[in-house]
Amino acid sequence: MSVQVWTYLLVGITFSLYIGIAIWSRAGSTKDFYVAGGGVSPLANGMATAADWMSAASFISMAGIIAFAGYDGSVYLMGWTGGYVLLALLLAPYLRKFGKFTVPDFIGDRYYSNTARIVAVFCALIVSFTYVAGQMRGVGVVFSRFLQVDINTGVIIGMVIVLFYAVLGGMKGITYTQVAQYCVLIFAFMVPAIFISFQMTGNPIPQLGMGSTLNDGSGTFLMDRLNGLSTELGFAEYTDGTKSVIDVFAITLALMVGTAGLPHVIVRFFTVKRVKDARKSAGLALLLIAILYTTAPAVSVFAKINLIDTVSNEEYSLMPAWFKNWEETGLLTFDDKNKDGIIQYVADQDKNELTVDNDIMVLANPEIANLPAWVIALVAAGGLAAALSTAAGLLLVISASVSHDLIKKVFKPSISEKGELWAARGAATVAVVIAGYFGIHPPGFVAAVVALAFGLAAASFFPAIVLGIFYKKMNKEGAIGGMIVGISLMLFYMAKFKLGWLGEIPDKSEWWFGISPEGFGTVAMIVNFVVALVINRFTPEPPEDVQEIVENIRIPSGAGEAVDH
Amino acid sequence: MSEKQKKATAYWKENVRYLFILLFIWFAVSFGAGILFKDALNTIKIGGFKLGFWFAQQGSIYVFVVLIFVYVRLMNKLDKKYGYNE
Repeated sequence: MSVQVWTYLLVGITFSLYIGIAIWSRAGSTKDFYVAGGGVSPLANGMATAADWMSAASFISMAGIIAFAGYDGSVYLMGWTGGYVLLALLLAPYLRKFGKFTVPDFIGDRYYSNTARIVAVFCALIVSFTYVAGQMRGVGVVFSRFLQVDINTGVIIGMVIVLFYAVLGGMKGITYTQVAQYCVLIFAFMVPAIFISFQMTGNPIPQLGMGSTLNDGSGTFLMDRLNGLSTELGFAEYTDGTKSVIDVFAITLALMVGTAGLPHVIVRFFTVKRVKDARKSAGLALLLIAILYTTAPAVSVFAKINLIDTVSNEEYSLMPAWFKNWEETGLLTFDDKNKDGIIQYVADQDKNELTVDNDIMVLANPEIANLPAWVIALVAAGGLAAALSTAAGLLLVISASVSHDLIKKVFKPSISEKGELWAARGAATVAVVIAGYFGIHPPGFVAAVVALAFGLAAASFFPAIVLGIFYKKMNKEGAIGGMIVGISLMLFYMAKFKLGWLGEIPDKSEWWFGISPEGFGTVAMIVNFVVALVINRFTPEPPEDVQEIVENIRIPSGAGEAVDH
Repeated sequence: MSEKQKKATAYWKENVRYLFILLFIWFAVSFGAGILFKDALNTIKIGGFKLGFWFAQQGSIYVFVVLIFVYVRLMNKLDKKYGYNE
């Protein structure tokens, strides 16, 4: 069977599975819709969190980014896993004990203020929309390459599927589809990695293969070979990187804190029964994520060596079929500058003739390594699972922010349970359509902004939530002031140094403290903390009953169910 | 302060102490070994890995997972000690 047939088959089977699960687990109440009824087991929640978390970026792009960035790529590996330690230790158990439906719910109640709630809703919407647009685009790319449909049709198919199970099933439907999606995506990521690791090193475990010697009898370590190839072609040593230490530090911290502050991740911990389940579930989620995250850097090393070996100084006319296929998508381009018909892949931009998009490394890796057709098709199904699961989780946050935090809590508290459920479904539908629109007409800044969603989350939510739990006397004036200053500062820095909305983008040398826009969330977060604490000193203490709430969330017992009030 | 409050304060103190210890390790393996002291550690090689690079792309992640499970165990024990388990 050809790759094409296999792809239709596998994508068809997995999609029917997701839809079947959605019908079986559809939501009957707002509680089902927002927190899956609050009775999800820690393991199921761990798997769902992992799928929710690992987006198209983790599955498709990350290994490719690391392959080209070498050591600098470590910021993503540490940043996107280390955040779970913060989440498990500082946030999840207490938010679960608090027992509400959304993050703005916590902020609004803890800071006894609808202004705080609205600021939090606003932050949640900015973060989630920037993030979801990237996912829809990911769906489009996979469809266009593997199913030969046009990117826009791909986005629309993705929209319909997500719409179907997010709107029908709410959190309950999403949770159980995400469990299935986790299985699909991890299998799809691991199978080619194991194949290739075995092929290149004789060791089937990619994490160990990465540190082993090559299988060709030379006895050279893989990493040494890659360092050698990199310097030979004029690149930095793979294990060294080019970013400054302070920038690596800042980006890693911003990604960690941002991860812990992302509303679609936090909200998952409202779905388990007890506080101890929330802790355990965070551990399981990270374990399941770590399987992919420790494999990805190995895939990067294998793919980079394979790529260089296949193309470097080889004749263009002798390139294998995958090379031509990817050229058609525009993600791989060859420009024969010196007209010798041979591919020169070097660091020097004037001489380099090959441009490879990050996304190819995972998607094309099985083809480059000559793996069977079903493995290649599996990667397509996995990429779709990763993108769809994250998109669905984000859409739920958006719909809950509108129907619960705005309509129910601010504008129309008298709304009936049934009315709220329909409002949630309506909001989810509108959100899917907007996300799809961004997927089809990506504003130039989407790609740039997805990475910055973390900075925004770090700069806004994280300090307000941590202070709300660990500092009993934190008041609303401080928290609101901190959030507004934090997110505004981050937006300003993005606009100035990344998007160029305030005139020409200044040179790197003008970065504040030498920190890139990706890492600036760290600075904005610190400013948020400082502003919050200073304002807090000069404004009245929070009322007695709020301080009691804080004492109460620190005690794990009696969490009960996630309640509306 | 009532008996109940005293118990809650003592529980919270122990909890925060665990957090400090665990977060110190969290910081040491990632920001320490993986970033600040990476170059020094890179002079040590284990198999094909330079040690600093290994911490940045592999080791820190393994430690993160272990840290959360250690935390889960510690807290379950602490909950039991104070009668907050359920």
